[in-house]
Amino acid sequence: MTRTKPIHLGVHFPGVNNTTVWSDPGSGSQIEFSSFEHLARRAEAAKLDFFFLAEGLRLREHKGRIHDLDVVGRPDTLPVLAALAAVTDRIGLAGTINTTFNEPWELARQFATLDVLSGGRAAWNLVTSSDAFTGANFRRGGYLQYDDRYARAGEVVEVARALWDSWDDDAVLGDPSSAAFLRPGAVRRVDHHGRFVDAVGEFTTPRGPQGHPVLFQAGDSSDGREFAARAADVVFSAHATYDDGRAFYDDVKGRLAAYGRDRDSLKILPAVTVTLGATAAEAEERARHIRRQQVSGPTAIAFLEQVWGRDLEAYDPDGPLPDVEPDVDGASITRGRVRHVRDPLAVARAWREQAAANRWSIRDLVIAVTTRGGFVGTPEAVAADIERHVHEDAADGFILVPHLTPGGLDDVFDQVVPLLQERGSFRREYAGTTLRDHLGLARPAVARPVDAGVAELVG
Amino acid sequence: MSAPSTASARRRGPLVHLGVDLTDAGAHPAAWRASGSRPERVFDAARLTELVARAQSGLLDFVALDDAFTLQPRSGGVRGRLDAALVAARLAPRSAGIGLVATVDTTHTEPFHVSKAIATIDHVSQGRAGWQVAWSTSDAAAAAFGRKPPQSEADAIEEADEAAHVIARLWDSWEDDAEIRDVATGRFVDREKLHYVDHEGIRFAVKGPSITPRPPQGRPPVVVPVTGDDALRLAASRADVARVQAATAEEAGELRDRLRSAAQDAERDPDELRVLVDANVVLGADEPTARARFELLQDLDDARWDGSLAHVGTAHTLTSTVEEWVRAGAADGFVLRPASLATDLDAVVAHTVPALQRLGLFRTAYPGTTLRDTLGLARPANVFATSA
Ligand SMILES: Cc1cc2nc3c(=O)[nH]c(=O)nc-3n(C[C@H](O)[C@H](O)[C@H](O)COP(=O)(O)O)c2cc1C
Repeated sequence: MTRTKPIHLGVHFPGVNNTTVWSDPGSGSQIEFSSFEHLARRAEAAKLDFFFLAEGLRLREHKGRIHDLDVVGRPDTLPVLAALAAVTDRIGLAGTINTTFNEPWELARQFATLDVLSGGRAAWNLVTSSDAFTGANFRRGGYLQYDDRYARAGEVVEVARALWDSWDDDAVLGDPSSAAFLRPGAVRRVDHHGRFVDAVGEFTTPRGPQGHPVLFQAGDSSDGREFAARAADVVFSAHATYDDGRAFYDDVKGRLAAYGRDRDSLKILPAVTVTLGATAAEAEERARHIRRQQVSGPTAIAFLEQVWGRDLEAYDPDGPLPDVEPDVDGASITRGRVRHVRDPLAVARAWREQAAANRWSIRDLVIAVTTRGGFVGTPEAVAADIERHVHEDAADGFILVPHLTPGGLDDVFDQVVPLLQERGSFRREYAGTTLRDHLGLARPAVARPVDAGVAELVG
Repeated sequence: MSAPSTASARRRGPLVHLGVDLTDAGAHPAAWRASGSRPERVFDAARLTELVARAQSGLLDFVALDDAFTLQPRSGGVRGRLDAALVAARLAPRSAGIGLVATVDTTHTEPFHVSKAIATIDHVSQGRAGWQVAWSTSDAAAAAFGRKPPQSEADAIEEADEAAHVIARLWDSWEDDAEIRDVATGRFVDREKLHYVDHEGIRFAVKGPSITPRPPQGRPPVVVPVTGDDALRLAASRADVARVQAATAEEAGELRDRLRSAAQDAERDPDELRVLVDANVVLGADEPTARARFELLQDLDDARWDGSLAHVGTAHTLTSTVEEWVRAGAADGFVLRPASLATDLDAVVAHTVPALQRLGLFRTAYPGTTLRDTLGLARPANVFATSA
């Protein structure tokens, strides 16, 4: 029998960016619960591993004003996941939560609560954005240096784990004949004093069915990758193409040994879009149509302005690239999203050449340079591609990103997942009840502090 | 999104408002040990869902979920808590009509986070969220966060006041019709209808706008527990519902009068403030049964009943008390704290509610879909809106 590496699939609720096409007649609400419920229930019927929500704590701005061309606004991550726990039974519920603008005591109890309320399906995607722009919404402000973002994240996770481990799994005794609700000694005081966080006391919330929620990490820098190798269960990556995926997979998995971890203990799941058609040509045509929906004329101009660092509204998106040079001294004119251009002059030169050679308009060029891999083809071809990427170590699976809310992945659930199931490479039924079960991740045992003997026992 | 309630739909005679507190296994610390309680299910979502269904079948105004950052002291009661906002969200899809009031702290929780959490409960429940304001003065809560020293009650309430102000503005930071999806111009929102709150306070600054669109109720009802004079002032200026503690109708009436005149001083219409009295209840088929149940609980754990109304008796004598207090203008209703949720909530729904309905004092159907509809409160205008 050959070893078959399991494929893991999650779904990403359409985000606050131009992947999401809001202008399509088939596009539904980004806010109403029915949209979240539709995607989560369809994904669960297809036996997917998890449902995923992104987060951004300040509305994006462009040229000093709120960016109004993409979807704007979303509900709060964790309450949406808690509500989804009521209408689903098995699918994992993964939420992106920032480690800079939250305190571990509060986060640990929120994730423990979500894990309890969902019967062991919680996951936390730790992100570290630390800019002053976002900080303006918080007491803490934008104090955190870029270099410190993962140092704080590491400490936040360390404290959260200590809090989850401060309750034994069987802490609730619940024996009516005894006056003690909790088993004596089953809840231990946490006493953390660190560089970024002080957290002292008896934690409030029972340990969830998973022990610790599954931890995701989505940073791409070297620090981010190292953090993933040290602390994460899943990496949400942007490296979806085959070659890029293999290089990233190799790099991150190669970092695990230094932490005494084996290669299967960290799953690498790139974000990917899927466009289907009855024939390859039909799928390509659909993909081209969607790309044009995603990059409207105003969106193309706004994208170029990010590189040029100046107002380009006077230019026709269907005309040639601007002849003015980028303003290299201009501060970044877009805020609230990560996009760094190291040498705008060189980029502008290369793009002008590319556009001239292909007779591309501004919009054509932006479509070309912002098109990420993604699977495009017949259901059979896409299923084979997904298998190949996983079997050849370009990924452990994917996070599927729809372009339409809420039904943008219905065709993938109906046409691709059954093929993967027929080929025996994707589950037909959930084998377990928790997200750790689905992902094949061990359940962490309670780690008692080394000095547990002297720690004050409460309970 | 529901249409604003009209004034005529709002007040029809003296209607009683009844909330129920779902804390722990019941208000009595020994409730988890009482017969019918299943202590292993205290943190079980299914148990909470059943309790809400029960309360909803009695057309109660809302369930209230308590919370705090500290573990209950080692006494005989339940120890351990779930995050109340997430519990409320978990309960939303499996309920209808009934309000879901979650306690969220303002001393250690960022106002920005409070605002979007409550707004989101309102979105997932289609307009049934409420926010019970909490503040922390304990050393233990301060040590859990390690960000600032413990605060006095007066200082913490001042901060809660500032937070409630900012949170209301964050709810308003999106006008109701900000999302336009104008394909012709490629614009998803009309950014003229998104507003910076630009709060620069003593304790914090918040830029805004919220990341979450305005909740269906505009502003979910704010519930303030009146624990003293400072809290009374907070309730008068910020609350839609004031929870008071009073052992007698006279005490309650006095508090209600003070709240209403303080609301007037704060340039609010006092009729827009509901004053509900916390009522601990132990019910039995007859007086001796109720008393015996109470004594059994007291034998397990001799509880203090917070100084508020404690009703040990039948569902019918409870009905008389409710009727008397409301007709006397001592209260707009009650937040019932069943001694044991497994027993006393059933009795309220089976007996007290129908008796109040027969008296014409309690609704026979939810008047609308939102908690504001149920409480008879108008949907507030947006402070940032320029056009009506
Ligand atoms: C695929 C992917 C998805 C991400 N999603 C989010 C998100 O939803 N919210 C957020 O604040 N940051 C998000 N980020 C940003 C990162 O998690 C991280 O905070 C940022 O990239 C800075 O870290 P780095 O320098 O290691 O990349 C995402 C990054 C990647 C690669």
